[in-house]
Amino acid sequence: MAADVHNKKVAWETQNGSLAPVGKLRAERSDSPTPGLVEGTEPGAGQDDAMFVHTRSFEDLTADGEEGEDTDPSGPASGLGTPLGDREQPEAEPVGPEEEQAPEAPAGGRAEEEDVTSEAWRGRRKHVFVLSEAGKPIYSRYGTEEALSSTMGVMMALVSFVEAGKNVIRSIHADGYKVVFLRKSPLVLVGVAHTRQSERELTRELLYIYYQIVSLLTLTQLNHIFQRKQNYDLRRLLAGSEHLTDNLLKLLDRDPGLLLCAVSCLPLPSSTRDVISSSLQAAKSKSLVFSILLAGNQLVTLVRKKDQYLHHMDLHLLFNLVGSSSSFREGEGWTPICLPKFNTAGFFHAHISYLEPASDLCLILVSTDREDFFNLSDCKQRFLERLRRRSAYPALQEATRSPSYPVSQVGIPELRHFVYKSKSSGLYTSPELPAPYQTEEEQERLMGLYQYLHSRVHHTTRPLRSIYHCGERENLLAWVTSGFELYLCFSPLGTKAQAVMAINKLLKWIRKEEDRLFILSPQTY
Amino acid sequence: TMTERKESKRRKESSAHTPAERRTLRVKMVLLGSSGVGKSSLAFRFSKEEFSSTVPTVGCAYMTHLVCLHDATLRFEIWDTAGQEKYHSVTPLYYRGAQAALVVYDITKRESFMRAQLWLRELERQYVPGETVVALVGNKGDLSDLRQVMLQEGQTLAENKGLLFTETSAKSGSKVSELLMTIAHRIRQSTTPESTLEEWKDSCVDLHSPETQRKQGTCCMAELH
Repeated sequence: MAADVHNKKVAWETQNGSLAPVGKLRAERSDSPTPGLVEGTEPGAGQDDAMFVHTRSFEDLTADGEEGEDTDPSGPASGLGTPLGDREQPEAEPVGPEEEQAPEAPAGGRAEEEDVTSEAWRGRRKHVFVLSEAGKPIYSRYGTEEALSSTMGVMMALVSFVEAGKNVIRSIHADGYKVVFLRKSPLVLVGVAHTRQSERELTRELLYIYYQIVSLLTLTQLNHIFQRKQNYDLRRLLAGSEHLTDNLLKLLDRDPGLLLCAVSCLPLPSSTRDVISSSLQAAKSKSLVFSILLAGNQLVTLVRKKDQYLHHMDLHLLFNLVGSSSSFREGEGWTPICLPKFNTAGFFHAHISYLEPASDLCLILVSTDREDFFNLSDCKQRFLERLRRRSAYPALQEATRSPSYPVSQVGIPELRHFVYKSKSSGLYTSPELPAPYQTEEEQERLMGLYQYLHSRVHHTTRPLRSIYHCGERENLLAWVTSGFELYLCFSPLGTKAQAVMAINKLLKWIRKEEDRLFILSPQTY
Repeated sequence: TMTERKESKRRKESSAHTPAERRTLRVKMVLLGSSGVGKSSLAFRFSKEEFSSTVPTVGCAYMTHLVCLHDATLRFEIWDTAGQEKYHSVTPLYYRGAQAALVVYDITKRESFMRAQLWLRELERQYVPGETVVALVGNKGDLSDLRQVMLQEGQTLAENKGLLFTETSAKSGSKVSELLMTIAHRIRQSTTPESTLEEWKDSCVDLHSPETQRKQGTCCMAELH
């Protein structure tokens, strides 16, 4: 594939010629009295090309998950073909020492496993199980897989029984519980939840878990393994990565970005962001496909190869990889990774390093060449050098010290929190969580409410444009147009009229601040 | 780190005065072994006098560490590999061309000792004996109460294969720097006078060249890490 990329006649000149922001255009946008409600003119919409694969909506995303997108060769990514050189076929047979032992307990694994017969285990809000088509346990969110082998056997029996009648089991609803099945051969994923999420959203979460596993192994390798040995114990290959799946499930419960298929940006003066982007753009290498700078779980900037787009899901998987591993803190990480929404067949190779050991700024350089480590290491040095020369580094460090903003900046007293997603850029912004929502439980409860509103507005048969929800502890409002999605949380004493008025004021504020909150001019190499 | 900074300064001064005598040689070193035996903690110990327990390494981690000998400075370029089986297919990338290999096992887990022997066999297939310094390392020496692998067993295996051997504790720091020094000396011995080690180019700073300003900038950058 490396060869594939290079044969494509890619102009290495910068796409826009000038990196300077289109100042005039920006001024016009900010002055506009009514922020656009239509896609492409909404606050936060990019000026040129979008950064991401264009998933117009939640529907797009779930639809392609349900259909067999794995065999679909079209799409923006197809130009790159498999990111795996022909000399680099995925090897199901490890080259390292072979052994036929059970997987060892991973170091730093979960502290202690729960008793699966206990009430506490049964009372968990959301269980996730992954099994092979032979019914072998692969992953359980809580408790050890061994203890659950008979349970998973029953799950597989249910799937097979319904399939024998030429049908597909999708979910079981009983006693406040939803049991959701996702069949992605050669894996079967099962979610058991008593949350207010719709079946569809639970399925989408299972899809995330499926992609998490694929990102470690590639689908090609996964298929190969199970074709050779149907009752293979996949835990052997996934050993040491359980924490990635655990962490992803936590993100799904807490991070609005995964719900909205969007990414949030580190608030940063646009002039600083432009300098960072152009420094990253200049530090390129032949094999580079994406250069991504993260600050914690926020995006600082992303530079991509022309005509190559990253999918949110893949970016979230990268966020998860970085966020759940301490090993990149010391030295430089170099790891094969499959970006399944880009291509399920092959590995990219990611150079992952923090700009400083104690900093939150992490640079991910995604390459097609597994031998290119030193080149990418050099790219990082050149990037840093440039950043310093143009003195953007202090401003960037300053920004990471306050990665969010209080909702009070908006100036709407009843407003407690909001999530705003610009559909055309695939970016969202959200203030820091205020007082009642700072504990983990409260944070998850608020996310649960957003999830509920999200599932109502995106209902398969009866979608809504807006919904106002009065609760005991807060009132919520969701509004969806072709350009954006907006979720607001108000104090329970506020009125509906106040809430509706707040929308306009908030949109104007976001428009005013969009330079800082969004990446308006994404760059390519 | 402080020591690295000092050393790099010292190296710079000496190379400015007598560039021919004080050379910095690159040594590629790889750490191999099962998941959870403490490879990353050992690598961390090499450069810092601290212990950190880590989550499993993803892919591979690369770091450098300078060791000063009386007649040369060795720049260890350490590849800390993941022990997990799914990464085994890429591991040869890291041990290929290495001048030193540490095969690490956990003295409290017999299985990791068995696996270490598989790694040794794997290395033997790749290397001409004597060209690579291989050390067998029994880690977690602080947990000798839970020992499953006797000191004697490691020693015997190493003797039979002609390897360096030691038991270390990345947690307490016991024998870690001694291990690195032993490897450094062994490499130095095996590579003089006709050095097979590549010189580290950046170390030859010519203070009179117009490039110096820039080079110093690079150096400050490096100190950041």
